[in-house]
Amino acid sequence: MDLSYSKEEVAFRQEVRDFFKTAVPAETRKKLQEGRHLSKEDMVTWQRILNKKGWAVPHWPKEWGGTGWDAVKLYIFNEELQLAPAPQPLAFGVNMLGPVLFNVANEEQKKYYLPRIANLDDWWCQGFSEPGAGSDLASLKTKAERKGDVYVVNGQKTWTTLAQHADWIFCLVRTDPNAKNRQSGISFLLVDMKSRGITVRPIITIDGGHEVNEVFFDNVEVPVANLVGEENKGWDYGKFLLGNERTGIARIGASKERLRRIRQLAAQVQSGGKPIIEDQRFLEKLTAVEIELKALEMNQMRVVAGEKHREKGKPDPASSILKIKGSELQQATTELMMDVIGPFAAPANTGESDGSNELDDWTTMIAPGYFNYRKVSIYGGSNEIQRNIIAKAVLGL
Amino acid sequence: MDFDLSEEQRLLKDSVEGLLNDGYDFEQRKKNIAAKKGWSDDAWKKFAEQGLLGLPFAEADGGFGAGAIETMIVMEAMGKALVVEPYLATVVIGGGFLRHGGSDAQRQAHIPSIIDGSKTLAFAQLEKNSRYDLGDVATAAKKKGSGYVISGEKFVVANGETADTFVVTARTKGGQRDRAGVGVFLVPADAKGVRAKGYPTQDGLRAANVTFEQVEVGADAALGDPENGLPLVERVVDEARIALCSEAVGAMDESLKTTIEYLKTRQQFGQNIGKFQALQHRGSDMFVALEQARGITMYGTMAVSYDNAEERATAIAATKVQVGRSLKYIGQQSIQLHGGVGMTMEYKIGHYFKRLTMIESTFGDADYHLRRIAAQGGLFKN
Repeated sequence: MDLSYSKEEVAFRQEVRDFFKTAVPAETRKKLQEGRHLSKEDMVTWQRILNKKGWAVPHWPKEWGGTGWDAVKLYIFNEELQLAPAPQPLAFGVNMLGPVLFNVANEEQKKYYLPRIANLDDWWCQGFSEPGAGSDLASLKTKAERKGDVYVVNGQKTWTTLAQHADWIFCLVRTDPNAKNRQSGISFLLVDMKSRGITVRPIITIDGGHEVNEVFFDNVEVPVANLVGEENKGWDYGKFLLGNERTGIARIGASKERLRRIRQLAAQVQSGGKPIIEDQRFLEKLTAVEIELKALEMNQMRVVAGEKHREKGKPDPASSILKIKGSELQQATTELMMDVIGPFAAPANTGESDGSNELDDWTTMIAPGYFNYRKVSIYGGSNEIQRNIIAKAVLGL
Repeated sequence: MDFDLSEEQRLLKDSVEGLLNDGYDFEQRKKNIAAKKGWSDDAWKKFAEQGLLGLPFAEADGGFGAGAIETMIVMEAMGKALVVEPYLATVVIGGGFLRHGGSDAQRQAHIPSIIDGSKTLAFAQLEKNSRYDLGDVATAAKKKGSGYVISGEKFVVANGETADTFVVTARTKGGQRDRAGVGVFLVPADAKGVRAKGYPTQDGLRAANVTFEQVEVGADAALGDPENGLPLVERVVDEARIALCSEAVGAMDESLKTTIEYLKTRQQFGQNIGKFQALQHRGSDMFVALEQARGITMYGTMAVSYDNAEERATAIAATKVQVGRSLKYIGQQSIQLHGGVGMTMEYKIGHYFKRLTMIESTFGDADYHLRRIAAQGGLFKN
């Protein structure tokens, strides 16, 4: 057992850190530090910087642009990315669809889509959840009927993150309504968002932001060539994809970065004639979060270091801990931020940052950030679903 | 970065777990508690035969030169079995003082008899008003000739009535709470003026209140610098804290396992109660609490060998905080999920709860350590 990083890993961390220091556009970095939303252009610009460096999709197989780094290096890379802070590459392409494609897609599909994901030529969104299919995803109803060379898709997807920017959507659709159980009869389809019959309607969340959407399909014709893998096997691909979503969901680096900003802000905000960072009660709350984060970091590293002992593609059931604790701690940091800003959390920012509003100060993003982060214990398999997973897979109940 | 145990460490784990699985079940533990000393000479002899008592000592002193990870392995196994023998007091703490502060002569005088199991030690530190502050020492060590005269009263001294030798903190100069002036002394239990009054503790172990009345010792009784011994005390107690955290991880692990087994067998409403989601989620939260404790205990274990005393202390304090939170949750919920049977003295789960509860208030509870870290600006201040 040796919990320190090797010399090579330390040097690697420095190399990554140095690169991020100069490579992240200043405006993008500032937006991230202030908790603002990034534009599509910000994301595309950053992804192409990474791609030029050869780091767009480090976890992919080498033949599709991967770097061949082991789990520890991938972890270091990701942590440095969050600490920089730099934009997290769009997960729907690089983390979710990509691995499904290089595992089950045909050569033609791989050759066409994978390089375009790495360069963010195509912005992908995820069409899984439906109004009646949330945690119980297998009850999805959107159907795709085969008619000659096309599937005709009808139905509705929801909580579709950043669909307003998307060029493509990958969907789970029901292709066999008479299958013996709900999980069979589902297929994995790639749909061009420019297709006739698609309507995107924004959902404004409690923070006032526009991240998620409803996507309606009205007789949308999708070429049969856009089917991934086998027809009616989509559930397996979807499950595999969601397993990949859970690793890295702890976002420990991001929580560390937010703790750093909390300390900076707490050194400026006064309470009782002194900076709130000197307030004993506040410091104890801050320390309590830091300790839990340290414990979680050790567990994240255990999962990462244990990867070499596991069958490829089989997530450690312990990664459910990472989801539960990681999301709780992300939420705890947004709550600490609220503690620091106190009554000045109240003013709301009415417009986009055009400099004309005197309240257009980054502190107006603190309360929306707190509101917005309630999502992290809901998405990616709610924390209650994670507890079901632990009870079943780990405890055998 | 590597979380795997080495080949030797795996062997150690297998052998200590094997020893305790075979010869230290819950019924045997009851017998050991009922023995005259409150613990078993026979078990102690077996620990000696397996080399457990010599583990952390340098090879030059007759030991195996093992480190903090090996102690973690042993203490975790002892936590699983709820061992009552004085391993912490003798090997971890008494041995720790000898390893870090003992002169050649002191090490030669004491370590061989620890390793062969013929002698045990006890740490006489807690005072009426000191609570968790190691530097709060009223017991006096007055210079007399080349030696010292020790006077004072120590409380809840683990293994206090059966130890052959005490390691005693006593003040050689300064005020009661000054950092400087704390000395550490080796005092034979049969020295004139030493009186130990023993009693059982809540967790099935035994302790004693020990009075030192004008106890005369020679200059060779002092471990390290008698006028500045606090850094030594802090170092050894930090090692004891991590050992306790490892013991707690073992006890929590076994508590959870026992509780889950119960959920799988206890029938109500025509089914195993483990089928109820409310109880499944409780079990999952206990698992999360256990793994958080296990993760940070590894961090604290590595910190034992940090060169920088402040960094070491901070990391170990953080470990004690997390373990304290986890053990409270797991301990309480393991009783709750057992229902009425968890309340009975006859059933083992309550005994884990009691030991975990006592660990929490040994060498600083979660609040104490949290306040310590907060007072210096938090865990991530740099």
